[in-house]
Amino acid sequence: MATGQEHTLKVFDHEIGQLRALIAQMGGLAEQAVTDAMSALQSGDLDLARQVRRHDREIDAIEAEVERRSVELIALRAPMADDLRDAISALKIAAVVERIGDYAKNIAKRVPMIHANGEDRIEAISLLPAMAQLANDMVHDALDAYAARDADRAVLVCERDNRLDDFYDSIFRTLVTFMVENPRTISQVAHLLFVAKNLERIGDHATNVAEMVYYAATGRYLADRLGGEGLN
Amino acid sequence: MNDLTALAQNETAAALPAQKISARNVNVYYGDKKAIDDVSIDVDRENVTAFIGPSGCGKSTFLRTLNRMNDTIPSARVEGEILLDGEDIYSPDMDVVQLRARVGMVFQKPNPFPKSIFENVAYGPRIHGLARNKADLQRIVEESLKRAGLWDEVKDRLADSGTALSGGQQQRLCIARAIAVDPEVILMDEPASALDPIATAKIEELIHELRGRYAIVIVTHNMQQAARVSQRTAFFHLGQMVEYGATSQIFTNPRQTRTKDYITGRYG
Repeated sequence: MATGQEHTLKVFDHEIGQLRALIAQMGGLAEQAVTDAMSALQSGDLDLARQVRRHDREIDAIEAEVERRSVELIALRAPMADDLRDAISALKIAAVVERIGDYAKNIAKRVPMIHANGEDRIEAISLLPAMAQLANDMVHDALDAYAARDADRAVLVCERDNRLDDFYDSIFRTLVTFMVENPRTISQVAHLLFVAKNLERIGDHATNVAEMVYYAATGRYLADRLGGEGLN
Repeated sequence: MNDLTALAQNETAAALPAQKISARNVNVYYGDKKAIDDVSIDVDRENVTAFIGPSGCGKSTFLRTLNRMNDTIPSARVEGEILLDGEDIYSPDMDVVQLRARVGMVFQKPNPFPKSIFENVAYGPRIHGLARNKADLQRIVEESLKRAGLWDEVKDRLADSGTALSGGQQQRLCIARAIAVDPEVILMDEPASALDPIATAKIEELIHELRGRYAIVIVTHNMQQAARVSQRTAFFHLGQMVEYGATSQIFTNPRQTRTKDYITGRYG
């Protein structure tokens, strides 16, 4: 028997390939959305913020397409074993990536409010880019692990989530201190708190993607390997 | 009552072992050709076990060793040990006719006798002396047809020929015939592959209902069917048993590459 990677029915490989390409495409868009939302936030670029909100519809459309194709694949091809896990993980990863896009959109929505009434640059914004970088790197690496079906890289992504959580806790304390010292800026800085929370959630979702990558690649649940502890 | 007697009685009362059949290091040859290579497997008492694998992999040959059906093939030779509730079925003392009543078989093509529906079912209990009188025999026939899910369809025409039934009904008649001699194990070799989807679904539902009362082993080409009806699945390839495990595990996360390639259609 060939240990062959290809199915006897070649069109099956083609369909799975298309599904994976769609996930890669929407993952790229979500990553870009987070990057753009953070640039808009730092520079006060309202056009860029609007663009992030517009582009989110593309991500939503791809998610719907992935869902349609996954259901079709399950119904028509009755996938088994790793093929089944591929189809299930595509469904779940698409839903999670769509949420990442939503968080980017939510950050973009806050840009006009944070930069309202011609206020000069809020000093506290400078805390966020490093956290955004960490969160977006997790998204990027989770999607790379997906493309490579690499369970080990998926584990590394999950392990970074604690650092992101610590980052959030520290930013939370700093922003609260900032508000206490500058009550005038409370409404803007409160929005920054939400931005930080969104970034923390993006990291959680990157972790979810990584968990699905691990499952698809190995057939085992990462939570079991880590002794039943949740990663979020 | 001393302690030892109490202990012995407790042991008798204890649950029967999970395995109904234990095969150890079984080899089957047709002439010089080795068809089964060192297969060891425990068949569960309470579960349906499916044998899957490509044509010529040995799954039907192995199934047939479980009630010595291969005895009828002159060139076939079986080595190793097959225990039915701990009893060696290849021992010289074993009564093969009795064995085949205990381990019944249903084939791919329904093969009712060219006799009445009643006689098809009554034949086995009669020759094995299972009925005390006519009323008893009628009760056994009715009970067997009911268990095979065929009673309501044939109760008004028990004198009609078994061969006049539809294919799916004929197959259920054959199952009723196997059940009538009160077997312990039922072997099924592709029991639904000649049937349409509705008749197939009825056979699958029947397998589900018979589970627990009889140990059931089914050979099937249809992997979806194996997934639907069995709790344990064994994958055969080139005369070897490559993998044996819970059906849910085999179909979601097979351990062996050969199993994965086969069930995902990468077999090449």
